[in-house]
Amino acid sequence: MTHYILNISPVAILVHAAIPLTIILVYALVAIWAERKVAGFIQDRLGPMRVGGWHGWAQSIADLLKLIQKEDIIPTDASRFLFKFAPFMMFAASYAAFAVIPFSSSYIGSNINIGVFYLLAVTSVLTLSIIMAGWASNNKWSLLGGMRSAAQMVSYEIPTIATVLTVIVVTGSLNLMTITEMQSGNDILGFLPNWFIFQNPFLIVAFVIFFISILAESHRVPFDLPESESELVAGYQTEYSGMRWAMFMLAEYADMLLLSLLGATLFFGGWNSPFGDFMSGPFWSFFWFMLKGLLLVFVMMWIRWTLPRYRVDQLMHICWSILIPLSFINLVLVALWEVIF
Amino acid sequence: MIEAITENGERREMTINMGPQHPSTHGVLRLELVLDGEVITRVKPHIGYLHRCFEKYAEKMDDYAKVIPYTDRMDYVSAMNQEHGYVVAIERMLELEVPERVEYIRVIMAELQRIASHLLGIGAFGLDLGAFTPFLYLFTEREKILDIFEKASGARLLYNYMAVAGLMRDVHPEFKEEVSDFVKTFRPKIKELDDLLSYNQIFIKRTANIGVLPDKVALNYAASGPVLRGSGVKWDLRKNDPYSIYDRFEFEIPVGSGEMGTLGDCWDRYIVRVREMEQSLRIIEQAVDGMPDEGDVMAAIPKRIRPKEGELYARTESPRGELGYYIVSDKSASPFRVKARAPSFVHLSMLPAISSGALIADMVAIVGSIDIVLGEVDR
Repeated sequence: MTHYILNISPVAILVHAAIPLTIILVYALVAIWAERKVAGFIQDRLGPMRVGGWHGWAQSIADLLKLIQKEDIIPTDASRFLFKFAPFMMFAASYAAFAVIPFSSSYIGSNINIGVFYLLAVTSVLTLSIIMAGWASNNKWSLLGGMRSAAQMVSYEIPTIATVLTVIVVTGSLNLMTITEMQSGNDILGFLPNWFIFQNPFLIVAFVIFFISILAESHRVPFDLPESESELVAGYQTEYSGMRWAMFMLAEYADMLLLSLLGATLFFGGWNSPFGDFMSGPFWSFFWFMLKGLLLVFVMMWIRWTLPRYRVDQLMHICWSILIPLSFINLVLVALWEVIF
Repeated sequence: MIEAITENGERREMTINMGPQHPSTHGVLRLELVLDGEVITRVKPHIGYLHRCFEKYAEKMDDYAKVIPYTDRMDYVSAMNQEHGYVVAIERMLELEVPERVEYIRVIMAELQRIASHLLGIGAFGLDLGAFTPFLYLFTEREKILDIFEKASGARLLYNYMAVAGLMRDVHPEFKEEVSDFVKTFRPKIKELDDLLSYNQIFIKRTANIGVLPDKVALNYAASGPVLRGSGVKWDLRKNDPYSIYDRFEFEIPVGSGEMGTLGDCWDRYIVRVREMEQSLRIIEQAVDGMPDEGDVMAAIPKRIRPKEGELYARTESPRGELGYYIVSDKSASPFRVKARAPSFVHLSMLPAISSGALIADMVAIVGSIDIVLGEVDR
């Protein structure tokens, strides 16, 4: 298993790299359109209706074409290399993490046995790229946004990791494929699937903490402080336009999907069908997995269009004095539950 | 941050310009903020980006009536109230009696405009705090008011509807039903707003105990309107110095009570606006009941108005506070001097007093809660 990547041909590596990329790109186009439609429905309006005919389905594609055509503006006093590099590094970080996501019962980019650890480590680079963008723009609003984001992501990584750890305590494995396979079957109360969320009451608490933390990790309302438009103009994105800005947008949506898929894998049985053997198999498992992930993404959108935003000190207060102690206590309780039952 | 490294190790402050192009300054306001991290140590408002020489124009129009469109453009989100204040002032100078029907229509229009203006103010306040959806819900309601205005005056923002001694034209025949319908449909929406925004825990956390304006400070700065009432002072010109026919209606003056935090915080100023909308609905209901169906909408006055020599200060309650017009006449066809006392201008001046020690996010909340309109600040 350790030399897995080295054993396969370059063509296979390319294919393995292309599959998650395709999924992300298609998802991003759909999700950006869907976000606007969801916002529209929540706010009693229609959202995009023109481009492409049916409910403006081609709106994101049109936007993408517009962004490609835009002039590439770099502020005079910006640190040019870092400024250009930051958006691509941010996307690379969230894209690289998709390698260990088990998309289907028969497909995972790289079946390494430290999958969860790798995922959490790689996504930490996101923080770095945001600080990079904030600093390199040579704009005070960008800098404030970058600093906020650094503080926020570093803080919220702790409850995220602590809740992921509670699942690891149950599974004893860091491999996401193994974790998913452990959730197969419908044995709980005779009909409920063996998903971890149903296995242990403390894992429900863990999921709630996990979900709040990933909202903060992916900068969604009510924790969208790094780019809070009414305070910091656009935060670290202020000076970006055109394709570079689009890369940020893409990375942001990719990050949302990544964390939602991680949540689906850890708590909702990954690619397992909720009906046992019914509708299972490679294709249906991919369908169920994406459905679970997209449902979580939808909940994120729903929250975004409903709630106001927290203030930066309140955000830190929630993390350090509520979520972190709670997640560690919960970790101990889950461990005790596992020892007793 | 750059300054701290290169110039002086002691120095931790950063100067930053909030505006004139910033999403939350409600127009072209520039705030010079001195920050220590995210904490504001000093704030200095810079104004004048929207100055349109209202007072000078008023002197040069050669007609008192021609000033009315310019008053619309002062506080462009409550144009009816601006016109109302001005025509009340001129009518007092001329010692004119205005027909009953006109007074009732003016009051209905002014109160509808007050609701529309508060809807915008509250919505934009929520928007500043990151709540996008209430803004659009409130705009739907505001739209209904604008439709009524559009039918009556032909315009949706700057109406030029009230004239000296009357109205530009009579209201449309369905006016009464439309207004009653609006009152009926709007009442439940206030409840919805309370659920969605007013008593939302995050919203309360963001606004309670922020930007506290004690009543003494408010009075010293000559604050008025919802900002003053938010500090617990019961002062409303419609009751305390009635103009038009406001003395005929029953309504209450909602004041802040420090329900969620300290008296005079952002939440108090916000909730006063919400409660005021309810009171405006009461006034509108009574006015619709009392409004005569028949009657002229213009009193007989000479084509050119020439008030006798003298000066006058007339004040009315606009949605933002005390709107005063000081008018000096030298018996010619145009006023010798018109000075508008704009509430937003006064309220903006007390920003430094209530915002030191706040965070940037609080600054946004404070600016939103005093509900300034830059058109009125700069005139």
